[in-house]
Amino acid sequence: MTVQRFTRVQRALHWVMAVCVIAMLFIGVGMASTVAPQYLALVGVHKSLGIVVLLLAVVRLVVRLRSGTPPLPADLPEPMKLAAHLSHYVLYALMIAMPLLGWAELSAGGYPVVLWGGIWLPPIAPQSDTLHTALWNAHFYLAFVFFAVVLMHVAAALFHALVRRDGVFEAMGPRLTHEEVSQPAE
Amino acid sequence: MSEPPRQRPRSAIESLIVIAVVVAVGAAAFAYTAGWLSPNRLTPQRLVDAFSPPSGPALGHRRNHAKGICFTGMFESNGAGSELSRAFAFSKGSYPVVGRLNLGTPDADAADATVRVRGLGVQISAPDGQEWRMALINPPFFAVSNPDGFFALLQASASKDPNAMPELIKVHPEIADFDAWAKSAPWTGSYAEEQYNSLDAFIFTDASGASHPMRWSLLPAAQPVPVPVEELAKRGPNFLEEEIVQRIKSGPARWTMVVTVPNPGDQTADPSKAWPADRRKVEVGTLVVQTIEAEADGPCRDVNFDPTILPSGVAVSDDPFPAARSAAYRVSFDRRTAEAKDYPRTVAGASQ
Repeated sequence: MTVQRFTRVQRALHWVMAVCVIAMLFIGVGMASTVAPQYLALVGVHKSLGIVVLLLAVVRLVVRLRSGTPPLPADLPEPMKLAAHLSHYVLYALMIAMPLLGWAELSAGGYPVVLWGGIWLPPIAPQSDTLHTALWNAHFYLAFVFFAVVLMHVAAALFHALVRRDGVFEAMGPRLTHEEVSQPAE
Repeated sequence: MSEPPRQRPRSAIESLIVIAVVVAVGAAAFAYTAGWLSPNRLTPQRLVDAFSPPSGPALGHRRNHAKGICFTGMFESNGAGSELSRAFAFSKGSYPVVGRLNLGTPDADAADATVRVRGLGVQISAPDGQEWRMALINPPFFAVSNPDGFFALLQASASKDPNAMPELIKVHPEIADFDAWAKSAPWTGSYAEEQYNSLDAFIFTDASGASHPMRWSLLPAAQPVPVPVEELAKRGPNFLEEEIVQRIKSGPARWTMVVTVPNPGDQTADPSKAWPADRRKVEVGTLVVQTIEAEADGPCRDVNFDPTILPSGVAVSDDPFPAARSAAYRVSFDRRTAEAKDYPRTVAGASQ
């Protein structure tokens, strides 16, 4: 079985962003539920890392459009193929939309947006209570959708790695040791 | 029993169990982080809820300091503060201000003479977009030493148990000091006659990069005239707002911003403990209040006077309150902006 993999750049982007996105989701729900002094540090990281995710997601989308993706196994059932395609659209959409929603929410709330190093971002939405509420709701509820899709993504990746052993996991992940010796198809 | 062969591939069932465990651990960690497994965690939602009277919060209004009136004006810096901090507002010059005079009550319709604590929210803007927001109050020290104690104070105040407050004062004796201030400090008939204090300590960083903790106050230019609270009660439920509107018609109201420099070793973490009166003080500028506008359509309505929105040159200290206030103010802001229909804007005001 020859495994077609994502390019080295794509794999690096994937794993760096995996850490960033999971950190963002945990920081988000963590900061929203504490009044402890670390609240301020968490909010600071959430804003800056959110913009990092946005930039990386745009780069990654461009790289994906240029480099393409390895094909899914031909024998993958159609519903699983559909779920794979849909979940990736959702993940890309959320990686780009969530930082923009957060940035716009702060803008609509009249908050200055200050990142690491004192970088000041301009508002991207007019100050408005109704807009702030709409953006707050979108950012809040989509965060839980995001986490649910990430969990599904992890479960599906492990399903490919451990149950189907069809090379889909290895296309993005490390080559698992027990498949190091490439055997002819059984 | 013979040992299973090494590297025996997992069965599909075993693999599915591994996957289920990974997902369950991930979901549980997320739930824990979100506080769903910790009902006793002091969340900003619980802190804000604790302000609400049994009849419910004043929808569309701030959850505390709910009653207030907007102003606009200038902060006129004399340049003396640039020795202490490189904050833009300490460079000699004039900076636009949006602010709010307010009462420390969750009741947006409270009668003015029933509220002991008066407050001042200020937002100073720099030409480059930086902002310095602050929310000051007129007591000379805070009621309680830390945010957990503050939450306990709100609970004890709302409690029907007559022992709740005495028991809390045993743990937080500073509450008795605050109570003594509340009972003995003179009342005045004007927002413009009050001194407003940061209480919290912040870290100022000067041009050389050296950092020092500071507190600050806004001292009224108007001479405070003590008035018995019984007398104030006769002036009507909104006498403070009516008075400040009248006063500004005949000229701006002013406060001098005074920064207090502590001695080495003065604690900065506890705003319920004032620094000794002999500490060095630096007059850094004047807050000039030029126009007053009703809050419903005023420029302060949708401003969250979060005291952690700070310019370069000012940062939070080891005082735990600014972070707790920021978290709680955010929840209050999120809720009231979602309730805007319950606090309608008026066309007459909007056209001003």
